[in-house]
Order: sequence, then structure tokens, then C-alpha cells
Amino acid sequence: MIKVTIDNITIEVAEGTTILEATRKIGGKIVPPAMCWYSKLKGSGGKCRTCLVRVAESSAKDPRPMPKLVASCSTPVQDGMVVQNTTSQEVLDARKAIVEFLLINHPLDCPVCDQAGECDLQDLSFEHGVVETRSEEDRREFPVIDIGDSIKLHMNRCILCYRCVFTADQLTDKRVHGVLYRGDAAEISTYIQNVIDNDFSGNVIDVCPVGALTDRTFRFRSRVWFLEPMDAHRECRKCSGKVTAWMFGNEIYRITGRKDQYGELEEFICNECRFEKKDRNDWVIEGPRKIKRQSVISANHYEKLIKPSVIQPIEGKMGKKEEKT
Amino acid sequence: MGRAVLTEKIGIPGIRGFDVYRSNGGYRNAEKALKEMTPADVGKEVTKSGLRGRGGAGFPTGLKWSFLDRKSDKPKYLICNADESEPGTFKDRYLMEHLPHLLIEGIIISSYALGVKSCYIYVRGEFKYIIAILQKAIGEAYQNKMLGQNILGTNFSLDIFLHPGGGAYICGEETALLESLEGKRGNPRIKPPFPAFRGLYNCPTMVNNVETLAAVAPIIGMGGNTYASIGIGKSTGTKLMSACGNINKPGVYEIDLGLPVEDFLYSEEYCGGIKNGKYLKAVVPGGSSVPVLPADLIVHTQKGDKRLLSYESLAEGGFETGSMLGSGGFIVYDEDACMVRNTWNFTRFYRHESCGQCSPCREGTAWMEPILRRIEEGKGKKKEIDLLVSIADKIEGNTICPFGDAAAWPVSSAIRHFRKEFEFHVEHPDIVKNINHGSLIRYI
Repeated sequence: MIKVTIDNITIEVAEGTTILEATRKIGGKIVPPAMCWYSKLKGSGGKCRTCLVRVAESSAKDPRPMPKLVASCSTPVQDGMVVQNTTSQEVLDARKAIVEFLLINHPLDCPVCDQAGECDLQDLSFEHGVVETRSEEDRREFPVIDIGDSIKLHMNRCILCYRCVFTADQLTDKRVHGVLYRGDAAEISTYIQNVIDNDFSGNVIDVCPVGALTDRTFRFRSRVWFLEPMDAHRECRKCSGKVTAWMFGNEIYRITGRKDQYGELEEFICNECRFEKKDRNDWVIEGPRKIKRQSVISANHYEKLIKPSVIQPIEGKMGKKEEKT
Repeated sequence: MGRAVLTEKIGIPGIRGFDVYRSNGGYRNAEKALKEMTPADVGKEVTKSGLRGRGGAGFPTGLKWSFLDRKSDKPKYLICNADESEPGTFKDRYLMEHLPHLLIEGIIISSYALGVKSCYIYVRGEFKYIIAILQKAIGEAYQNKMLGQNILGTNFSLDIFLHPGGGAYICGEETALLESLEGKRGNPRIKPPFPAFRGLYNCPTMVNNVETLAAVAPIIGMGGNTYASIGIGKSTGTKLMSACGNINKPGVYEIDLGLPVEDFLYSEEYCGGIKNGKYLKAVVPGGSSVPVLPADLIVHTQKGDKRLLSYESLAEGGFETGSMLGSGGFIVYDEDACMVRNTWNFTRFYRHESCGQCSPCREGTAWMEPILRRIEEGKGKKKEIDLLVSIADKIEGNTICPFGDAAAWPVSSAIRHFRKEFEFHVEHPDIVKNINHGSLIRYI
């Protein structure tokens, strides 16, 4: 076990743990956001750069700071390491810059996007983003394509986190999903469209942090915050059959995997459970799913929800544009 | 000409062939290393010589070699990085074109020192004719038992494989090169682990530049101490400079490190002064990735000392008033050159070559390029100049590989030193349009 100090909190972790994993052990606000790293996907991480942190002291042996900000998801901790996340203005500024970079080509079509309400990018930009964009360029555009019968790809919304690429690579036996082209022209694609017919291909929807990959059996049927997430299970020969059923009254609108507090799937589920079993009688409903997240869907059900006694006027906060000095 | 260490034999007719090279003292250094020295001795000589990586970063080669995980029971690889694609740099091409056997000799000695049995030369795909030259040279070396099993009768064996790249600039980054060599998409890897521990096929790997490996041969010949006596301070030995731009004699020159920039620029021996008797405006001293310096700062440092062609002297003053030696791509601009257009051109290159893996570089380069194009076309706004500085500042240091820095530095340095020119473009769109250089190429 080695000792590491993150934002003045010291914790003992096993050797080989990354900084991000160590912060998740502590939990709370000091956990850096992760858009591309996924604990269950080998090789993921390091790409989005939102989890950058400052290493103020590399280790007990060598207390020099690291020269650049490092990606906490791919930097292993060392004994005596001192890390600054929210306590470093440099980190917060860099994160703000990264959010700006991620958003300049994002269409911001949240009002018509199925991911709205459970979108990592939405949460991230709400927390760290800037109100106005400084970019006047045209956003890059791609045609919307179908990947198989049940998945829709909106490449415009993609932030190239590569999670779906790793999923397709590691969960399915035949790699048909990858990245084409380079630089800002890079796009997620299957080489031949409509070829993802693997039983676990639907998981790319759940791992996608934005609305680039969405469920065609659920598209435009409801906003997620109108639905109630329920833990449900069924006997399935292919997967564990443990899912979250998103219900409205007695009707199941969609099935997803069970996600933990960081939006990661506990278990990957098969396409049959996800796309085909939409009948109430297919499932044993266990009870409400607890989602400890700050996002909009939590607002309906959550324990600590306190009703505001006085409704604050929103003017000045968002309504009025501040005059420039 | 100055001292010729690397290019000593370059004038001999037919030096590309094995027989001529061998009869002119070629492979003698390899013989010396293999027969008279232990691998550790070779490593010590290289450390003593103070040789620094010639690919751009200038990291001491002896130290880098000491990082290689020798205890590992996996095979170890040496990779010769011949993916030279930096705008303004063409020294490796020159070396491979004229002295392919010098490179092979350097590789043999380096492999011996590192305990490597197979070496890959990753050569830029566009160098079609170089590939043929290298392949021929490797074939000749095999025929003459300089490669293969039991080289020169010793029990050291080495195979060299030539691998042409697909033509991506990013594949010159060492980990992207490894990915590409493995047959994958050329995306830089996230470090750590460093290639010295887990490189090609997860085995310990050493990646060195062509010029670095070639320099190992004469170092063994003359001894590390003699090599270290050339040059100045920690910049030892000689360096190939590829000079281009508005000068009378563009080309590749071997210089002793520590040569004053002024001498290099104006002496008849080297660049021969600015073309058509014009004035010097600016110099990019080390390939497109390093900051550009205006005439007064390239000839003299801020303190008033003479600026020398060495790693330290060029970096003096930090990025405020200094630059870097980089890969030695010396680009000279005369008084008529348009810095805005030049910066746009560089950024256009970086936008095209960004691998698109990490967000600051992918989005940042694609954001800067159209802004610079607008300013160049006289459609820019004044606040966009500050925006460019801000974007460059935010890309720098936040990316996976040094590509982001390389894309940001030309922009921030050009605006730092030539802000008035950018402002002129914004304020006088009509004049800018009329005196524009060359035809306006539409990028998209």
C-alpha cells in the first residue's frame, strides 16, 4: 500500500492505482471528470484531457513537481505523491479550456438530443463551461447514419472518446468498428455500415458519454427525466439479465445497463435484453434504481431534494446579459 | 567547409556502394566496436561524447540508452526514426541518400551496445527513392556479412528491416511510430509506460533519429572525448543544418555546434547571405515546430551576446526572446516575407497532420487555422489575434504528445514578435489583398 495526498486528503491505495481511481476512493467533489476513461475497458483514457491534474510532488523520493499537467486516468500514483485537482487554479483553467475545445464542434442540440439529462458533456459544461462561445467557425458536420437496426450514430455530437471503439474491440469477437481519418476530420465508423450484429454491440450506447450513439428503439419517445428508472432482471442465457428499466407508469420505454455513480455500467448486457424485451411481463421489477448523480434525471426521485421556499428570480443569473466593461 | 564528421566521405564518387564505402575506411568503426569493445564500453563512449538526440528534443543519447530495460527477457528492439516530415527539415534525407552505409554502420554499433538483435528503419513513405537506396545498401551489407548471423566473425547477429510509413507526420512521434509499425492507426500512446520498458510489441524499445545513430559510428572511431571536444558546453559534436528560405545557398551543412548564427547566415561557406541583397526579417531555427525569432533576436540574444547555433544559446531567454535548435531546419525569411501567411501555412499543416486523438490538439488546430486564414485574407478582427494567443496557450502542455506544443509555438511566437503585422492585416484589408504573395489557395 502506498500513500497519496489528493487535495490535502491522504489515502492509502494499492500500487498501480491511477490518480483517478484514488480520487474515486475518496469520492466527493475532488473526483476529476472523465469523459473517455472507462474502468471496464482496457486501454481507454488519456484522450479527452478533462481529468488533467497537477502533480505537485512526484513521490517521497523525488519531490519535484511534474512539469506538465497529467491525465489522472492514466498516471499511476507513487508513494508520497501530492496531487492537486480542485485546489489548483491552473487545473481548473485547463479544464475550462478543454470543455471549450470539446464544445466548439459540438452541435449543442440538447433540446432534440436523446442523451439530454444523462449526458456527461452536459454535466461537464454546466460545471466548467463558459457561457459564451468564442468560436465563430462553422461546426463540422457529418451525415447521421444507422449502425445496425438499433443504433443511430450522430457523428456531429461525438467527442472522439474512443470508448465505443474499445467496447466493440473488447466485447465483440469481430472488430468492425473503428476511427477513420485524422485530426478534426476523424470520425467513428463501421467500415461497412449496418454490420454490427453482435449480441453485445448495444453497449456502445451506454458507454457513449454524449448523444452520439443512441438507441433507435427509444429515440424521441420520451425525455429521460420523465421516466422512472427501476432495477429489473430476467433470466437471460447471454448476459446476467440485470438491467435498469426506464418506465412510465406500467410501460417500459427503454432498457439500459445498470450504471454506477460515475455513469459506468456495472455489467454489460446483451442486445436481446436491451432492444427486444420491452414488455412489462418480461421483467421482474425489483424496485427504484438509486442514481446518485447531479444530473437532471435525479431531480425527480431524490432523497435530499429540498424544495426552495422562495423561488429565486433567474434574472441576473442567466436572463440578463452582463454588460461588458 | 568546416569540420566534416558525419559527411566526411560524402564527396567520394560511388560512396553509396558498399565496396567504395568499405575501401574508404567504412565499417572500420563497427569492426572496432564489435571486436575490441564490450557493449558497455560503447555505451560509455557515447555517454562521454555528450551526443544529444538530433531528432529535435536534444535529450542526451547515452542517458536515453541507459533507460532501456536490459534485464527484461523479452527481445529488445532498436528503431531508427527516419520519418522526417517536419517542414524545413531535410537533413536525414540527405544523409540517407548519400551515406546509407554510415547509417547502417551506426545501427550495427548501437545495436551491439544495446543488445538488440533486430532493428527497424521506419522511413517516411514519401521518400520513395530513399527507400530504394536504403534497401540496396542493406542488401549489400547482408551480402558482405555486415548484417545477419555472426557479423565480422563475432557472435553478434543483427537483422535490419526497412518499413516505409504511410506518410503521416505524427508517425515521427516515437510512440505513434511504434503503433504504426505494429500495423495500427498511428496514434501516440499515453506515457508512461515509456518505450524503453514497453515499446514495440510490448518489448523494450529504443527509438533514435537517423542522424543520432549515424553519429555513433564516428564517435567510436574518434573516441567520445574527442567528439565532446567539438562544440560548445553541453552541445557537443557536429550537427547537420538544413538551411532553406530566402538565402543564396540553401542546402544541408554540417556545422560545429556553437557556430554563431550570423556566421552561418552570411558566410560564403554556409548560407551565403540573404537572396537578392535583401534584409533578414526572421528565422525559424529548428524546423516549423519551434518558435520563430525576428532578425535582431536571432543574431544577438536579448542580453546582447552573439547567438550561437547550440541547444543552450538558441534557447536562451526562454520562449519570450529565444527559441530551440530542434531538428536543425533553418528557415530564413527576408524582408518581404509575410509572417501571417507563413503562420497560417504552418497551422494548416498542423491541422492536417493532427491525429485527432486528444481534444485540445484536434479542436485547437482546427480552430486556429480558419482564424489565421481570415486574418491573412484581410477578413480578420482585432480581438481574434488575442484569441489565437489564448488558444495556443491552452493547447500547449495539455496534449498527449508534443505535437500540441509544436502546433501552438509557431502561432504564439509569431504573434509575440510580429503582432504589428497581424494588426496591419486586420486594419488594412485592401492593401493586404493587393500585395499578397502567391495565389490564394483555398484550403477546404
